Amino acid sequence: MSNVRVLVGTRKGAFILTADGKREKWDVSGPHFAGWEMYHVKGSPVDPNRLYASQSSGWFGQLIQRSDDGGKTWHQPGTPPGEPPAAGPPKGVSNKFVYDVSVGTGKPLTTHQFYDGTQHPWEFKRVWHLEPSLTDPDMVYAGVEDAALFRSTDGGENWKELSGLRGHGTGPKWQPGAGGMCLHTIILDPSNPDRIFIAISAAGAFRTDDGGKTWQPINRGLYSKYIPNPTAEVGHCVHHVAMNPSRPGVLFMQKHWDVMRSDNAGDSWQKISGNLPTDFGFVIDVHAHEPETIYVVPIKSDSEHFVPDGKLRVFRSRTGGNEWEPLTKGLPQSNCYVNVLRDAMAVDSLDKCGVYFGTSGGQVYASADAGDSWNPIVRDLPAVLSVEVQTLT
Amino acid sequence: MPQHLRALAHTGSEVSLDVAPPVTLRAVVDALEARYPMLRGTIRDHVTGQRRPFLRFFACEEDLSHEPPDAPLPEAVSSGSEPLLIIGAIAGG
Repeated sequence: MSNVRVLVGTRKGAFILTADGKREKWDVSGPHFAGWEMYHVKGSPVDPNRLYASQSSGWFGQLIQRSDDGGKTWHQPGTPPGEPPAAGPPKGVSNKFVYDVSVGTGKPLTTHQFYDGTQHPWEFKRVWHLEPSLTDPDMVYAGVEDAALFRSTDGGENWKELSGLRGHGTGPKWQPGAGGMCLHTIILDPSNPDRIFIAISAAGAFRTDDGGKTWQPINRGLYSKYIPNPTAEVGHCVHHVAMNPSRPGVLFMQKHWDVMRSDNAGDSWQKISGNLPTDFGFVIDVHAHEPETIYVVPIKSDSEHFVPDGKLRVFRSRTGGNEWEPLTKGLPQSNCYVNVLRDAMAVDSLDKCGVYFGTSGGQVYASADAGDSWNPIVRDLPAVLSVEVQTLT
Repeated sequence: MPQHLRALAHTGSEVSLDVAPPVTLRAVVDALEARYPMLRGTIRDHVTGQRRPFLRFFACEEDLSHEPPDAPLPEAVSSGSEPLLIIGAIAGG
């Protein structure tokens, strides 16, 4: 029988929630890395026991943690705990993210637009998202703040920037959103190993078709009234992008405002907000088996980051957008004022599809019936930053 | 050392290091990182080498955080009779 493992990153540690395929009784493990901000924890699709975690704090900066046994034990890649000091230069570079400033790869890799419109140098702050390779458990991508894409090919021990992203010329027009200038979404195309999609707040979405050497903005059709040119090539505050692996050319986007879809790998986008009560939000995800079934959690507005009307409602569209139904069974429908952040929703691949999301109030909700009904796995964790799910067979 | 760094290094609150003279802030943190490589980047930024802003260095009732990293530490620290304290700011939620 299949099992599921839910990997939860919170403001004060990571938690691992496990259940069998019924998804009724849950074991809760954690906090792992208690007291640290855990922006993201994700497992390798090739080796589910290989987990990568982003651990950071305002005091001590960024660390990368890795588990090779499904989260029972962890170590910083390259420096297992208790290892005696070796000869030569110290190890411990798994948290070393150095921007590429070389002329050959770079063009002007020096500055981006700051909140006040002036140019500002790139400064590494933290890793928002870790995306393990679809084929190699030792290869993993990291989306970082200030926005850039890094890759490790040795299990997270050493990192190298894919600098063509920042080097293609629009970098000076990128600017931070309220959460910082973060590269938060990395989608690997299962049908084309050279194609990667990424998204940045607030720059927009980008695509490479040559394995990360060169990139193009894919923001045609986005309209953002908060920038001088609402249809500009870059500058859009994309909050999250999702894809069903069976249809890698179809993308769904939750923008700052607006829910969008693309049927041509991002070459153009159409608005699909339809009858949503508000189309501001952070998360968006796609059903594992029904590629036209998508989920969002509308948030009241960009100045009031909580669900509207005190009701926690997931909205589902079975028609690829435009027509949405509220899913409320098991979710609080009064006096609820939580937010659901961009990486805090995931789906399992069981039948029926399980849907999971975590809130700023520390609840992690699970639905074992594609959203028809919900139950809290846990109610009182620290604020949830990210949720990932592994379906284990 | 702050609790989080102790947890990372799997050590106690106080560690003893052999540092060849001259005993400076840089030499002590270099020695600490050599003994506990998992602490690299947590006290000083990997790239700039600068002390992280929410950390301070105290010793002998003095704040040494803004002393030049290559200035000699007090004799009481280099002789091992007084500790060099790495202090995390009391901040955050």
